[in-house]
Amino acid sequence: MTTVLKRDVLPLKSEQDVVLARQAVRKVAIEQGFGIVDQTKIVTAASELGRNTLIHGGGGEMVIETLLDGARRGVRATFTDRGKGIADIAKALKDGFTTGSGMGLGLGGSKRLVDHFEIRSAPGEGTCITIARWK
Amino acid sequence: MERIPILRMGRFLLVTIQVDMHDRLALALQEDLTSRLSTTGARGVLIDISSLTIVDSFIGRMIANISGMARIMDAETVVVGMQPAVAITLVELGLSLPGVRTALDVERGMHLLQRSVPGFDDDMAAEGVVGADEA
Repeated sequence: MTTVLKRDVLPLKSEQDVVLARQAVRKVAIEQGFGIVDQTKIVTAASELGRNTLIHGGGGEMVIETLLDGARRGVRATFTDRGKGIADIAKALKDGFTTGSGMGLGLGGSKRLVDHFEIRSAPGEGTCITIARWK
Repeated sequence: MERIPILRMGRFLLVTIQVDMHDRLALALQEDLTSRLSTTGARGVLIDISSLTIVDSFIGRMIANISGMARIMDAETVVVGMQPAVAITLVELGLSLPGVRTALDVERGMHLLQRSVPGFDDDMAAEGVVGADEA
């Protein structure tokens, strides 16, 4: 069973918030004893998703959680916005797909960097993406 | 607004990124570098990213852009000091920075630049930046 040891909510309303969000993810990953590669992967994924929340979702928030599942330690981050949502999730996950000026690596790339990736979205209802990585 | 300093050393421009960059800061660097290339006629750009703990798709794209813009402006770019965890994450994310020249550290990067800019040694010796024995 997964227990949430600690939970924090951070706003994602500006570019500086995205920087603070990835620093918060780094801090929790270090506390959980993640190695440098694991830290970098989840922080990079959080950076991609935090930017998406800001740019495509018009801002939102990130919930960062410290997890314990038996002897396993993990980090979970959930990005929520009330923006226009994603009409075709499968398409949005493909590398190279972009509606903005980016390279279209954000979603698919983030998914590859974490152990758990869950996306909930519908047009007009915003987007909620949860990622987790275990030590 | 906060800006990343660009140092001139002879015919090269040196940039050391030491802050966790938000997106506008990265864009400002791109603009500042191209304008400095134009005013100084620099032939090479060395970007030291050894302090960067993450490179996500946005920063990766900025690095690729700088390299491409510099090439069009007759200057070579070498990116040095990428941390191993950052390299691993970047490739997994889907970014392999094609067309961007890299070196492990500043010293190797400088050698690479010096070799790739024809007539550089003579110019530097004339300006007294590099000793004659090195030229």
